[in-house]
Amino acid sequence: MTSNEPQSESDLYEDAHVHQVYEQIASHFSSTRYKPWPIVERFLEALPDGSVGLDVGCGNGKYLTVNPNVFIVACDRSTNLVNIASQHRPHTSIVADNLNLPHPSSTFDFAISIAVIHHLSTPGRRIQAVTAILDSLRPSTKSESSGYRQDGGKALIYVWALEQKHSRRGWDEGDEQDVMVPWVLKQNTNAKCTEESKTFHRYYHLYCQGELEHNITAAGGLVLESGYEKDNWWAIAIRKPQWGHRV
Amino acid sequence: MKILTVNFLTCAVKACKSSPLSFPLHFQDAELEQSDIEYNAAFLRNILPRVDWEALKITANELGFTTVPIEKPDLTPTSTATDKNPVRLPINTSEPQATDEKTMRDLHTLLLETEVREGKMVCGNCGHEYKIKEGIANFLLPSHLV
Repeated sequence: MTSNEPQSESDLYEDAHVHQVYEQIASHFSSTRYKPWPIVERFLEALPDGSVGLDVGCGNGKYLTVNPNVFIVACDRSTNLVNIASQHRPHTSIVADNLNLPHPSSTFDFAISIAVIHHLSTPGRRIQAVTAILDSLRPSTKSESSGYRQDGGKALIYVWALEQKHSRRGWDEGDEQDVMVPWVLKQNTNAKCTEESKTFHRYYHLYCQGELEHNITAAGGLVLESGYEKDNWWAIAIRKPQWGHRV
Repeated sequence: MKILTVNFLTCAVKACKSSPLSFPLHFQDAELEQSDIEYNAAFLRNILPRVDWEALKITANELGFTTVPIEKPDLTPTSTATDKNPVRLPINTSEPQATDEKTMRDLHTLLLETEVREGKMVCGNCGHEYKIKEGIANFLLPSHLV
């Protein structure tokens, strides 16, 4: 398929170790992903009615049902996951790459990208992914008194943390940050329902403390809030307002 | 692929985004399907302020819809409180007027219930075609355009 031809080394790598894996495990992966994470839920529920936003790397679309009063254009690299996500109405799910988003700039009230940018394999590409998300947001305006107003679009970004010594994986500070994480695919393969399993490996860059904020700043964003929740680092960011004019 | 969504899409090629020609994308060989989505007046009234009306008219026209009003209906979003205003205007009903009702129903049908099942969307700047198959649009770029 010519439209999927990867072109750089990083593209080839991510295609083999991220995109193709998700394409194959889509259905099983989706069946294990149904519970929204609390901070994402809170972010979406706090949005004003009629907000329009993006879910970049929507997976099976589990966040599309959280707030029925907003409209979300969701995208994922995996066609099989988009097929699952597209069942959630009234939203739309499309196949797109987070480094080349097909959305107008300076338009959206919000964006979420949950457990996505840790699949990009170089620092430059991770920052580029944040840049693409921020670019889609409505810019904030400056104000004389407080310096800037937080009236622009907001993004919530979540990444897997390196510091998770109490998790099943047990990684912690100082460990290797670029890892291959196994996914054991279980399928009922015959009429007797005996399970057959096959193991896939997905590439992850595990974020250390402060790294997500650094990526956001490098991408021209301003971190409003950030924190750690259950083995993940998260941050809420806006586009950094420029002095003197609307950005 | 909903018509409302088209209002929030452009070409994935970075160089095209600054060109007014890249928005909206233009339909070719579109096959439409009507789905049934529950009418939600509040949702529609709240979303309408976010719709680029000129772009919507172009899209609707390309798909053969002729019912889109020339001007965007002037609706106050239901979520906007008027507490700041000491003079309370008489509020007859929270529901839209009967004359609005048909316009709103038509917009619901166009924006939310009309799905493009098959076809192409074309960038007016670079000419790249994005395919829609079984209702899913694919914006992955070939290597020479990334």
